[in-house]
Amino acid sequence: MKDEKQVIRVRNLFKKFGDFTANHDLSFDVYKGEIFGFLGANGAGKTTAIKILSGLSYPTSGEIEVAGFDVYKQRELLKRNIGYMSQKFSLYEDLTVYENIRFYGGIYGLSRKEIKMKADELLTTLNLEHVRNKRIGELPLGWKQKLAFSVAILHNPDIVFLDEPTGGVDPVTRRQFWDLIYEASRKGITVFVTTHYMDEAEYCDRVSIMVDGKIEALDTPSELKKQFEAKDMDAVFLRLARNSSYQE
Amino acid sequence: MLPIIFVMPIIQLCILVFAATYDMKNTNLYVVDKDLSSHSRELISKFNGSPFFTVKDLGFSVDAGEKELFKDKVDAILVFEKGFGNDVDLKRPAGVQVLVNAIDASAAGLYNAYIQAVIQDYNLHLQPKLINAKTRQPIQIVDNSYSHLFNPEMDYIPYMLPGILVLLVTVIGLFLSAMNVVREKEIGTIEQINVTPIKKYQFLIGKLIPFLIIGFFELGVGLLLATFVFKIPFLGSLGLIYLVAFVYLLVVLGIGLLISTQTDTQQQAMFIAWFFMVVFIMMSGLFTPVESMPEWGQKLNFLNPVSYFIKMIRMIMLKGSGFKDVMRELGILGLYGIAMLTIAVNRYRKVS
Repeated sequence: MKDEKQVIRVRNLFKKFGDFTANHDLSFDVYKGEIFGFLGANGAGKTTAIKILSGLSYPTSGEIEVAGFDVYKQRELLKRNIGYMSQKFSLYEDLTVYENIRFYGGIYGLSRKEIKMKADELLTTLNLEHVRNKRIGELPLGWKQKLAFSVAILHNPDIVFLDEPTGGVDPVTRRQFWDLIYEASRKGITVFVTTHYMDEAEYCDRVSIMVDGKIEALDTPSELKKQFEAKDMDAVFLRLARNSSYQE
Repeated sequence: MLPIIFVMPIIQLCILVFAATYDMKNTNLYVVDKDLSSHSRELISKFNGSPFFTVKDLGFSVDAGEKELFKDKVDAILVFEKGFGNDVDLKRPAGVQVLVNAIDASAAGLYNAYIQAVIQDYNLHLQPKLINAKTRQPIQIVDNSYSHLFNPEMDYIPYMLPGILVLLVTVIGLFLSAMNVVREKEIGTIEQINVTPIKKYQFLIGKLIPFLIIGFFELGVGLLLATFVFKIPFLGSLGLIYLVAFVYLLVVLGIGLLISTQTDTQQQAMFIAWFFMVVFIMMSGLFTPVESMPEWGQKLNFLNPVSYFIKMIRMIMLKGSGFKDVMRELGILGLYGIAMLTIAVNRYRKVS
C-alpha cells in the first residue's frame, strides 16, 4: 500500500434488480495511488459495482464514498474527480482525435490553453501526433483504447475506473496499455480496473475476486497465491470461480 | 448523412409542390347518349371543349359505362335518357344523370363541381332573356361575383408550398432529434457523458443547437426556392418567419429529445416519432382544412405544433401578417416549447 489515505470506501454495498442480487454485501477500501484489480467471471457483478462507484447507477443500500464524496448526495462533485472508461468504446467515432480531446476537456472545464497543452503532451506520449486530425473511427482498436484512457484522465482525476479496458486487443498493445496505467499511478491517480485476463491481475497492487456478487478474496497477488497454494493468479481464480453457481 | 439531410428535403419540396395539388387536370367521361338529339350533342361538345374533360367513349348503355368505370378507365358517366332534347325544346325540366366514381371523395367532389359548372353554363345559354318592358334592357338576374383575397388565382402552389416547407422542417427536426440521444445509448458514448459533471440542460442544449441550424438552413433554402423558382408571393417579414421557426423548432426538438431520452433503441424512437409525425401532419390543416374537422379534432389540434406553424407561415407569407397578428399562436408555441424542453431535461437520467 502506497498511501494509507482511502479514496474509495465501500461498506455493505447491495445492488438488487428485482429478485436478483448483483452485488451482495461488498465492503472494501481502495487507497490513494494504488492499482486495484477488480476480478470476476462474466456476470459476477463487476460492471454493476463499477457503475455504482462512478455515479452511473444507484446502489440499493450501503455506504459508499468515492474521492471523499458520498455517492448519494454528492454525485456531481464526485464525477468531477473521477475518470471512467467503459468496455464499450466511448470516444466519438465521427469526431477527430483532437476534437474528442477538446470536447471532453471542455466538459471538465479546462481552458483552451490547457486543452491545447494537454493534447500536445498526450499525443506526443502516445506517439500519435500524426493522427491528430484523423477521425477516431479510422483508427485501430488498440490506438483508440489508449486514446480513450488518456482522455479519461485528461482532467487529472483522483481515481480512474477502467471497465475491461483491454478487451479484444493484442498482447503487445495490452502491455503498452499497462504502461499507461503505471504512469497514471505514478502521478498519484488511483486506478480501479476490472479485467478477466489473469496475467493482468499480476500487475495490480491488490486484487479482489468476485464470485456471484460477493467478494471472495481480497489481497495482493502474492498473498493470494500463497493463501490458495497456487502457482499463478489463473489457478487462484479457477479455484474460487469453480464454486460459482454460474459455472456449473 | 450530411448530404442526405440537406439534399433530400429540397428534392421533396420540388416533387411535392407540383404533385400535391387540388387543381383539376383531366377528367375522363363516358357518355351514354340514348337521345342523340342536337341538344344532347351540344352539351357533349361543351364537355369536350372544356380543358378539364375528355370524352373517352360514347355508348348506349349505362352498363357498358359502368364497366369502364370499374376498370378505372373513366371517372364519371353522363347519361342522356331518350327525350332529353324533346324536353329542352318543350321547355320542360330536362334531366342529365351523372355517375361519379367516389372512391376518392375529394376528387369526386371536384368532378361533380366542374360538371355542374358546365351544365350551368349550358343552362344559362338556354334561358330566354328576360327583357324589361320599359327600358328594353335585359333584366339582371342575381349574379354572384367573387374575388379570392390573398390568392387571387386560387393557385395551389402558394397554398401548399408553405405547408410543405413546414413539413420538411418538422421531419428533419423531429426525426434527427428523436434518434440522437438514443443513438448515443446504443453506441455507448452516453455512458462516458453521464460519468462527467456536465449538466443535463447543457447536454441537451448542445443537442438542440445543431438541429436548429439545420432547420434554419432548410427553411432558408425552401424560402429561396419558393420566391425564385415557384415565384410565390412573400408579403411578410423574413425575420418574423425565422422567429416563428425558432419557437416552433424548440417545440419539435423538445418533443424529439423527449422521445430520445425515453427510448432504448433507435427503432423505438423512430416508431414513436413516426406516430406523432403522422398525427400532427394529418391534423395540421395542410391537406384538409382544420375548420372541417369534428370539434374534438379541432380541440386536439390545440396540442399540434404543426398546425400553428402552418397557420402562421401562411399568414405571414401570403397575407403579410405582422407580429401582432400571430402573437397569440406564437405565445402558445413558446409556452409549449418551454414545457417540452423542461420535461425532456427532467426526464433525461444521468443515473439509472
